[in-house]
This record gives sequence, C-alpha cells and structure tokens, in this order.
Amino acid sequence: MPWGITRRSWLRVAGLGSLAGGLVSGSKLAGQQGVSHPASHDGHLAGPVGRVSTADYDPTAFLRSWNFSHLPPAERAQFYTETPRPDGTLLREYELHSVDREIEIAPGMFFPAWTFNGQVPGPTIRATEGDRVRIRFKNLGSHPHTIHFHGWHPPAMDGSLPGQEVHPGESFVYEFDADPFGLHLYHCHAIPLKRHVHKGLYGAFIVDPRPTSGSRPPADELVMVMNAFDTNFDAENEVYAVNTVANAYANDPIRVTVGQLVRIYLVNITEFDPVNSLHLHSMFFDVYRTGTSLTPSEKTDTLMLCQGERAIVEAVFRYPGDFMFHAHQSEFAELGWMGFFKAEEK
Amino acid sequence: MTSDVPTKERATENSADVSPSRTAWVLALVPLALLAALLLGIVWSDPAQSLRPESYPLVERLAFQRVMLDETGIVASILNDGPDVVTIAQVLVDDAYWMFSADPGTELKHLGRTTLRIPYPWVEGEAHIVKVLTSTGTPFEYEIAVAVSTPKPSGRFLAVFTLIGLYVGVIPVAIGLLWFPFLARLSSRSMDFLLALTVGLLLFLLVDGVQEGLESGSALPDAMQGTALFVLGAFGAFLLLEGVGGWLRRQKGAGTGDGSGDSGAWVLAVLIAVGIGLHNFGEGLAIGSAFSLGEAALGSLLIVGFTLHNTTEGLAIVAPLARARQRVGIGHLVRLGLIGGVPTIAGAWLGGFVYSPVWAVLFLALGVGAIAQVAFQIVRQLAGDRPVVRQLAQGSVLAGLLAGFGVMYATGMLVG
Repeated sequence: MPWGITRRSWLRVAGLGSLAGGLVSGSKLAGQQGVSHPASHDGHLAGPVGRVSTADYDPTAFLRSWNFSHLPPAERAQFYTETPRPDGTLLREYELHSVDREIEIAPGMFFPAWTFNGQVPGPTIRATEGDRVRIRFKNLGSHPHTIHFHGWHPPAMDGSLPGQEVHPGESFVYEFDADPFGLHLYHCHAIPLKRHVHKGLYGAFIVDPRPTSGSRPPADELVMVMNAFDTNFDAENEVYAVNTVANAYANDPIRVTVGQLVRIYLVNITEFDPVNSLHLHSMFFDVYRTGTSLTPSEKTDTLMLCQGERAIVEAVFRYPGDFMFHAHQSEFAELGWMGFFKAEEK
Repeated sequence: MTSDVPTKERATENSADVSPSRTAWVLALVPLALLAALLLGIVWSDPAQSLRPESYPLVERLAFQRVMLDETGIVASILNDGPDVVTIAQVLVDDAYWMFSADPGTELKHLGRTTLRIPYPWVEGEAHIVKVLTSTGTPFEYEIAVAVSTPKPSGRFLAVFTLIGLYVGVIPVAIGLLWFPFLARLSSRSMDFLLALTVGLLLFLLVDGVQEGLESGSALPDAMQGTALFVLGAFGAFLLLEGVGGWLRRQKGAGTGDGSGDSGAWVLAVLIAVGIGLHNFGEGLAIGSAFSLGEAALGSLLIVGFTLHNTTEGLAIVAPLARARQRVGIGHLVRLGLIGGVPTIAGAWLGGFVYSPVWAVLFLALGVGAIAQVAFQIVRQLAGDRPVVRQLAQGSVLAGLLAGFGVMYATGMLVG
C-alpha cells in the first residue's frame, strides 16, 4: 500500500465514504461514478514501444536462413563447408562458438545472453538424412557449455553426461549421422540446465528425408523458434517471442505468397512454462509432429508444444491480406509473442 | 582529554574578542577545504570502480511516486531512487506490453523523475498491475488496488472533501468542546482525573501516529530515509511547539502583568488544539488520498465509531481550561474548535488532489511531535510543584490515564 494506510485508517475512510455519499444526496463521488470512458481499446496501443536494431541480428533474415546461408560466400566458408562422400551423402562441417553477448530482446531492453555464434536462436543446422555432421565447438564464453543434439548418436556425442562439459577456452568436435529425418533441436546441456538453456544456447536442427525416404514438396520455408526471456531471473519470463525479438513480426510482417505452400519449422524451447503454442488466424494448417513422417498427423489452427517439442507446419494462404499469429496463451501474446503474415498475390 | 584543556580555552576566549577572529574563521574553513579536496579526489580516482568491473550490473531502483487514472489511461510518476542512471525501456500493464510516453524522458539520473502516460483501458473497480522494465529488463511494479478515476480539483469534489473534513474533524471536536460548562463544575480531584484522561487520549493518538508514520516512512524510497524523516518532523514539531508555548506564555504574562494560572491554562488549551489540529491534518491527508486511491467502501457503523472516537479530542482541548476554573467565552471555544478541526479539511484536500507519500510521512510526524509536546505540557500542569512521579501515582490520575487510553482503544475498535 503506497501510503501505508493502515486497516484502521482506511476502514475509517470507508465509514466516511457512506457518510459523504449520504451528504451529497444523490450525486455520487466522481471517483465512484459508473464506468466512464477509459482509454481507447485501439489495438495499436498494445505492444512494446519502439524498434529493435537489426544491425547484429535480423529476425526476418533468420526465418529463411540455415547453414549460415545469410552470410556472403567467403564468410560463410569459415563456418560451414560441405564435402561430397563416396556414397552420395555429404560431410557437413560447422564452426559453432559459444559467446557471451548482450542482445536486444525488446526495444531498449538488453539481455545478458549466452549465444551460439552471437545470436539467439543459434544458427539453424540443416542436413539430409544420412549426411555426416561434424560440429567444431569452441567455448569462447565465461562458463562451461556443451551442445546436446536431439537425434541418433552415440552417448560420447551427447554433450550431457558428467565430464562432457567444454570449459571456457576449450574445444570439442561433435560428430554423428543426421538421423532420423525430421525437425530437431540442439541446446547446451551444462548445469544448471535451466539457466544454460534460457540464457540463449539453443537452435533448430533440420534433417531432410533422403530421396529413398521420400520428399517434401517445394515450399517457402521458415524457421520459427518459440523462446522467452526471464530478464530478472525470478523463473518467470518477461518477454516471449518467436526468434527472440518481442513483436518483431508484428512490426515487420512475414511476407508470403497467396496459393504458395508455406512450411514452418516450429520449435518450442520456452523455459519456465510447461507449454507454448502457435495459433494462425483465418486458416487451417497441416501438422507433422517432430517432422518424422511425411503424412500429416492433424489439421488444426492451434498447435500446442511442450518444451523441446517441435513440429513441421504446412499452410497455404488462400486470401491476400494480414494474418495474425501468436501463442494462444493470451498472456504470452501480450508479452511479445505475436506477429503477422502479409500474404500477397503473385 | 586532560582537565586543563577547557581552562586554557576559556583563557583564550576571554582574552580575545567575543566574535571569532579572522584566524578562527580560517581555521574553521581548513577542514572544509580538505574535505572538498578529498571529494574531488574520490570523484577523480573513483576507487569503487576497481571493485566494480565493466560488466558489473547497474544498481537500478525505481519508485512509483503517484499513479493517477483518468479517461486517457494511467499516469504514473516515477523516481529513480538508486545511485546509477536508469533507463526505462518498456511498460507492462497486467503483463501486456503497452504504449507509453515519458515526460521529460526515459533516462533517469539519481533522484531524477519522469511521468509516464499509458493509454491503457483500465476497468473501474478492478485491480491492475503496472510494471516498468528498465534497459536490463528489471521490472518495478505498482499495484492499483482498486481502479477509480483520480479526483481532479473541482467545485464538487472540494465540497465533498470539505464535508468529510467537517464530519471527521470539526463537528466531533466541537461536540467535545460542549462539555466545557459541565467540566467547569467538577471538583478538583475530578479535574485531575480529567486531565489524566486527556493525557491517556493523547498517548493513544501518539502510539497510533508513530505506528502509521513509521510504517509509511519505511514504504518511502530509500533515498528519502523515511524513518529519519519521520523522527526529524516529530522532533521539530515538538521543539517548535515548546518555543511557541513559551512565547505565548510570555505574551500573556506581559499582558496581565503576572504569569497567572489562567493564562497558562489558555495557552495549554491552544497548544492542545494546535497539536490535535496537526494530528487531524495528517488524518485528513490519509482520508483524501484513500479516496483518490479508490479505497473507500461503505459501512455506517464505522461512522458512528469514528464520530465517538474524535469527540474525545474536543474534551482534551477544554479540560485544562475547566481545571483552571477559567471563564471562557463562546468565541474562544469556537476558535479552539476551529484550530483543532479545520486542518482536517485542508488535509483531505491536499491528500485527495496532490497525494505524495513523502508529505504524508512528514505530516504524520508533525502530528506526533505536537501530540507528544501537548501530553508533556499537561503532565507538567498536572504535577504543579510536586514531582511528576508522585502526582501520577494518585488513584484518580492513574484511573484517568487508563480510562483515556481505554476510551480511545474501544472507540478505535469500532473503526477497525
């Protein structure tokens, strides 16, 4: 209570309220008048104020970038190379570094993140089923970290067991075959686990089916990682988003084409909340849970995922215009997890 | 320290002029100059910085000063209570990011202030939580317990607060004063009882005021040092009233030629009225602010209790006059009643329209200091030439003290 009005003094006041009410016969106190006309409900009033700088990390570029495809070729070669193997598969080699870095998660709000290669979510790793994946991991951060991939691999490559921490200044090479096809993720598994995850050490790991397994039709592909940030470290999140920046796609809608297949690689890595969800307005979409099948598991407009769960979502925009999407936990939506698709005719 | 030092000092004083010489002034300035140099040195070298590396987080502290609701939304004034610069990045209302504007800006230096305007469609009668997030994402929270339009100074509201003040302060005090003719006919032993009763009443108000003052004080931003502010205000009021009382007595004494008991009683009555007036001013502030915060509910039994409770304040004012067997005109009684009661109205206006927690603590402190001084005066008068302890040990006095406190306690129960 701001004024330290004790129970006693405010009960006194309570008595006076009725007294004054009686005195000003009929005319009520202005403060107690019926519902007046509070501030406008204009939807533009909601949301964070201002824009986040995209100089270091651009959420729009992140959507359609994997294997460092957003970098110019020369620079990209420092982080990613692919070498054909005799059996027709590829050896894909990656340079991943953990780096402590302050990132802007909402306009003017900076989070002391632990990142892979300076960005949250970390770079999207994409391979084809059967490819060899070799990750050269260097810990440039201030704490021990690991990379724990979801997928088939020997325990020595799991990055979660005691003794598998990579200490600051040290390196480790994770190597395994991309298997099974589907949508996976990677994240740091050092302890304390919650802190290492929610500080930003995670990313998407896409494994495309090898030709013998079948194939997915061509589509406009988007990577969306549902994440959140606990800025005061009280085990509750202050900012929710897809791909880190609150309301990023509300300010810069994701441009898609009417009639074209849109494929969303949706990963939930939200810490502290049991589930997160995606609700896409004005349409229905196909869901491929964990992406491990080429047959959709359901058709819906609201998809719920537990932490670490992921799904491939396929949608076709039937009409031009703005399509809102957000977590169907309204609370998350109002804390930054909301955006728009802008569908345009070809 | 050896015993001959003071002697030496006295010797020098005697030989020199009464006012300090130029040399003495220079000597007084030397430590100040050194202190200034030291401060400059600290600012220059910043020794604390070596304990606080680059990456060390800022000390961020923000305090909500006043939160108002109107048809445009929520208006919150914010104070940076911490040592470092704090930048407000975002505002959440009920866990939703919301538009806001900041006047003069979002960057607050130590003790810097800003006013946030948040066009949020608040819901009448419900609770809302306003959260300010700094550039590091540290949240500072304020709960609007019951959302109602903050009263703006208007004729009608002024009238309502005036009426409240009349009912809380002026009328009960006036009713209490009407006991004067009856009191004047009582025996001197009954009189002692009555004065002791008054002291009992005042002690209750003292306890009440100290509790509220310290509670409000501890809720203030740290930089305001609420407890120290409260003690400062109370002590200041006590000493000020001591001074005023002495001055009044000298004036009266000069007028009648002797410092008779009659004028002493009159001065005491005025002092009690002033003390109670200050107390009621604080009460008015609390009432006004509670209204502006929308914390007023309904309940008619409480009005009864409240009126009973405050009527005893009038009794306290006239008791010393009755004991002195002084003839008092109706004009004098009215004046005393106004001194004791009217500040409630002013307090209610101030509390309702320019609510500020700092002023609240200060006024509660003034009330406490004044009440303490008055209780002290009455005990002195009761004792007369006898030692205070001996006088207090009398049966009638003890009974009076207890009765006074008991009456306040019992009527206090009625109001919560």
